[in-house]
Amino acid sequence: MRKVAIYGKGGIGKSTTTQNTVAGLVEMGRKVMVVGCDPKADSTRLLLGGLAQKSVLDTLRTEGEDVELEDIRKGGFCGSICVESGGPEPGVGCAGRGIITSINLLEQLGAYADSEALDYVFYDVLGDVVCGGFAMPIREGKAEEIYIVCSGEMMAMYAANNISKGILKFAENGKVRLGGLICNSRKVDNEREMIEAFAKKLGTQMIHFVPRDNMVQRAEINRKTVIEFDPACNQASEYRALAKAIEGNDNFVIPTPLSTDELEKTLMDYGLMD
Amino acid sequence: MLNGTTAEIKERSALRINPAKTCQPIGAMYASLGIHGCMPHSHGSQGCCAYHRSTLTRHFKDPVIATTSSFTEGSSVFGGSANLNQALENIFTIYKPEIVAVHTTCLSEVIGDDIPTIVKKAAEEGKVPAGCRVIHANTPSFVGSHITGFANMTKAMVNYLSEKTGETKDQINVIPGFVDPSDMREMKRLAGELNVNIVLFPDTSDVLDTPQTGIYEMYPKGGATVEQIASAGDSIATLALGTFASHPAAIALEDKCSVPTALLELPIGVTATDEYIDALRNYAAVEVPASIVQERGRLLDVISDMGQYLFGKRVAVFGDPDHVIALTRFLVELDMKPVYVITGSSGNHFETRVGEILKEQVPDAKIKQNADLFELHQWIKQQGVDLLIGNTHGKYIARAEGNIPFVRFGFPILDRMSHRVFPTVGYQGALRLVDKIIDAFFDKKDREAPEEQVELIQ
Repeated sequence: MRKVAIYGKGGIGKSTTTQNTVAGLVEMGRKVMVVGCDPKADSTRLLLGGLAQKSVLDTLRTEGEDVELEDIRKGGFCGSICVESGGPEPGVGCAGRGIITSINLLEQLGAYADSEALDYVFYDVLGDVVCGGFAMPIREGKAEEIYIVCSGEMMAMYAANNISKGILKFAENGKVRLGGLICNSRKVDNEREMIEAFAKKLGTQMIHFVPRDNMVQRAEINRKTVIEFDPACNQASEYRALAKAIEGNDNFVIPTPLSTDELEKTLMDYGLMD
Repeated sequence: MLNGTTAEIKERSALRINPAKTCQPIGAMYASLGIHGCMPHSHGSQGCCAYHRSTLTRHFKDPVIATTSSFTEGSSVFGGSANLNQALENIFTIYKPEIVAVHTTCLSEVIGDDIPTIVKKAAEEGKVPAGCRVIHANTPSFVGSHITGFANMTKAMVNYLSEKTGETKDQINVIPGFVDPSDMREMKRLAGELNVNIVLFPDTSDVLDTPQTGIYEMYPKGGATVEQIASAGDSIATLALGTFASHPAAIALEDKCSVPTALLELPIGVTATDEYIDALRNYAAVEVPASIVQERGRLLDVISDMGQYLFGKRVAVFGDPDHVIALTRFLVELDMKPVYVITGSSGNHFETRVGEILKEQVPDAKIKQNADLFELHQWIKQQGVDLLIGNTHGKYIARAEGNIPFVRFGFPILDRMSHRVFPTVGYQGALRLVDKIIDAFFDKKDREAPEEQVELIQ
């Protein structure tokens, strides 16, 4: 079983990218479980065709500790398995602790057991790694390969660099490695070249360049992944290509994060090139 | 047990071995018990509450009541609002206190529970009966010490309860600090001798030193009442005894109700007790009665009689900052030499003030805040002392170093009982301290001296 976590700046399109990639993988016949690690519990909406999911923590709250695996897993598009960690309402409690609780519970319940015969588990983690809880998926060998979704915008690259620092910290003691950057294009000038250069400086690769396409928006409105909504469209092939790239990836590194100066220089070198 | 301690000191930055402090909620829980009819409530997991109750019980040898929000995994994630809400309903229904004093714990602090909002909501839902009060203090254990917790809860009493009506009352507030019920009783007795009305808060006398009647009372007769604490805003003045435990509440009262404040130290020893008596006399405009003058005289007589045995003796002192500052001052009055003076709590004032006290007589004293007993033991190994003064934990050091005369003083004292009954504050308290020091010296001598050196008369 390959254990993959998707990180990236808030709003960059992690959930959308994750679900479309998973759709590509399940279409290829792989067995995939997606664990949404966001208190908003909206990481599996496109695979499930809506927010019908009862989160692990909601279940824990209502059912007490007698939670069954079937209470918290739900089948989505093409045999994908969806789990939402969930979490407290905004402004109360501790969402980070929620992720720790939820992942521990999934392990206890045997969601990752060999008998489940999973090919992949995908963790879709909320924005920045603001505290220890949000680092849970990359601790203790849970996720072993990380993909960072970013774009050519400064703040997205800044976040990607920060996440690399987090990976570096955990990589020294464990098996977690950076598998690559996924560029979710914002149509910034020289975006592809800039992210390729940035990836190189981080010691990794740009695993795929996902072009901007309104098809994504249309599919989302219809609560579907692009692959399900319009299997023949160009964007669907882009996501299939990303899924294939991940399937075939063998480039796993301990990242070399940049200093802020270096990072800004990369942006200047590429962003201002006319 | 501590035979492995080495004289050689290696630089340490983070590690503490045998710390000379404990955590904030213990102080907050103790302070809460000094309000009449109060249920202390620990907003966190059960283990915190159980530990704090048992430590207080072991020191005071009286049952210590407190309730807990009993956090579970779910409360840690979703916040403790539902638990506190339910707790308040249960507490007022089952245990019927007049007031609940909520303090936080590490867990509820880290997840950021907003106590006033939760309490307000519970009150709106009718969980707090009419006439009853709920107050709160934030007491994360990873900040400060039990003394900080005591100070925070005492300050909360002022912030929540004290009111200024505009009509000055003929009374003086006394904030006693984290002292024993016997000490609070003594502070009240001295004020009574001077014929001064005082509002002592918190006041755990008659709460944690109750007489045995055969009947258990959850809320004994002692404790400052909510009305008394409310009226503190109309008092002539506030005497705050101890920089660390008491000054913050007095300053809050001065800010809130413009009650003038005398920032004093704990009245341990001659001069510090003089200052307490003087402050009472000045603010209340009374004369010091002959009875107090005589009490003081008897103390001076004992000190002069026994001075020859005390003079120049090297002393190591550890404990809570206000206690240690006051005791150091007294030891200097006794012509003793406090050579090692530490506290586990943090605060630059400690080192500054003790340095000032020892400047003339012991200029090379080692003084340290945020220190631990391991380091104190290492200093003693490097150069010994004639006397060790501190809480029960000191007995292992005394034993490891060939039974150094050891006087128990401060919190916690888990293996003796006299602190429950006899004060260390006031002239009487000073007498008792001299008595204990002399006993410690002579008991060791009588036990260990060669036969031909055993003296009948000292």
